[in-house]
Amino acid sequence: MLREVGAEPVEVRTARQLAEVDGLIMPGGESTAIGKLLVSYELLEPLKALIEQGRPVWGTCAGMILLAKDIGPHRQPLVGAMDVRVRRNAFGRQLDSFETDIPVPQMGEEPVHAVFIRAPLVEDVGPDVEVLGKLEDGTIVAVRQGNLLGTSFHPELTGDPRFHLYFLEMVRNADMQRDNAPPAERLPATTSASLS
Amino acid sequence: MVTMSTELTKKGLAQQLKGGVIMDVINAEQARIAEDAGAVAVMALERVPADIRAQGGVARMSDPALIEEIIRSVTIPVMAKARIGHFVEAQILEALGVDYIDESEVLTPADERYHINKHEFKVPFVCGCKDLGEALRRVGEGASMLRTKGEAGTGNVVEAVRHARSVYGEVRRLQNLPQEEWMSYAKDIQAPYELVAEVARTGSLPVVNFAAGGVATPADAALMMQLGVDGVFVGSGIFKSGNPSTRAKAIVEATTHYQDAHILARVSSGIGEPMVGIEINTIPREQVMAVRGW
Repeated sequence: MLREVGAEPVEVRTARQLAEVDGLIMPGGESTAIGKLLVSYELLEPLKALIEQGRPVWGTCAGMILLAKDIGPHRQPLVGAMDVRVRRNAFGRQLDSFETDIPVPQMGEEPVHAVFIRAPLVEDVGPDVEVLGKLEDGTIVAVRQGNLLGTSFHPELTGDPRFHLYFLEMVRNADMQRDNAPPAERLPATTSASLS
Repeated sequence: MVTMSTELTKKGLAQQLKGGVIMDVINAEQARIAEDAGAVAVMALERVPADIRAQGGVARMSDPALIEEIIRSVTIPVMAKARIGHFVEAQILEALGVDYIDESEVLTPADERYHINKHEFKVPFVCGCKDLGEALRRVGEGASMLRTKGEAGTGNVVEAVRHARSVYGEVRRLQNLPQEEWMSYAKDIQAPYELVAEVARTGSLPVVNFAAGGVATPADAALMMQLGVDGVFVGSGIFKSGNPSTRAKAIVEATTHYQDAHILARVSSGIGEPMVGIEINTIPREQVMAVRGW
């Protein structure tokens, strides 16, 4: 999917690889497992610095959990950069996983078909957070705060490139803001899992 | 409209586990050790394969009370095993709310001819395979994830390697066949034609495929990853070793950094005794698990 929208994806497992990217996607997976590897391989601080510099970071599912400042009672390592409170496994177990259409005006008129897998939800957002998408009952499932993007669901599973194009645009704009940076986008999936 | 438990959510969960390690656990304490070590899921069972092998007898689905206790103790997905063909054990596991069912040759088969019709279930299934034909038969029956069988409970990776080489070798061969040969190939490997055609076109398996059966060291895990699997199941290899917590963490790191020999050297250092291994040709024929499945 990333190649189709014109990005050059690389997988990031170490701080050295992280330093070379223009934007970062933190994919789905288990946030506990990814968090431990972020700590063991000393990626948490470089990640925070990268966000501080204004590089775009997109967290899907587990990635969004790791970006959140608050995940309630769970104690686990977090990047903690986004002013949102996220609830893990909010819809239940695998049997409660589902697909549905959600309107996301930023992606155009056609609703986004979203796949939720043991998904988290956003319980509360700070004043600087823009809500991009909600379920019919008002549950927040897509958010943006400056250079940070968060989705409860998995846009990489449906073949609809609009979220990827939207994030690529964030990367391009961030590039333009940095002085004459080269336009090549390198969009990695972080740690162990990779997006296709 | 909301649709629950679709093909995409079933196969999609396996996608989220890619690059990770799934560990066999027999109680809540082991499950927490696995989660703390960075496991992406746990497999809840009463006896690890090494003990099933040692103690003999009929191996069945675990006690539901045990599975529920493990479900309560961790936040990562919990898988559990049903016997081949035992669709009532699968119904019970679905009712318990497990996240994945392993229709497993490690347990004593309940049906000598037929596997479970996995399409009928809302919970996704993972199944074992030794070659591409077996892999695609299981997907045809509704499996949402595969694992190579290896030979469970041996701590000997040779069978896992054989099965991974067989599956990926056949994928590569199929990819290079002209289309007029696909049907005969499907007949030869006894696999559904549509799935054979899909593999020929895409050059990859239709679902995520992990390694299983004999992985005992960080190097074993990285070997399987370099052979092309998407992740690793470790059964007896962790909790039958000298220092489970340290070994579990080392295997997780080796699976993530499987291409970095320097990291592999570091995580393999000083992690205690591995489980005792078994030479495959010393196992009596009737006790070989990999041949179970049709």
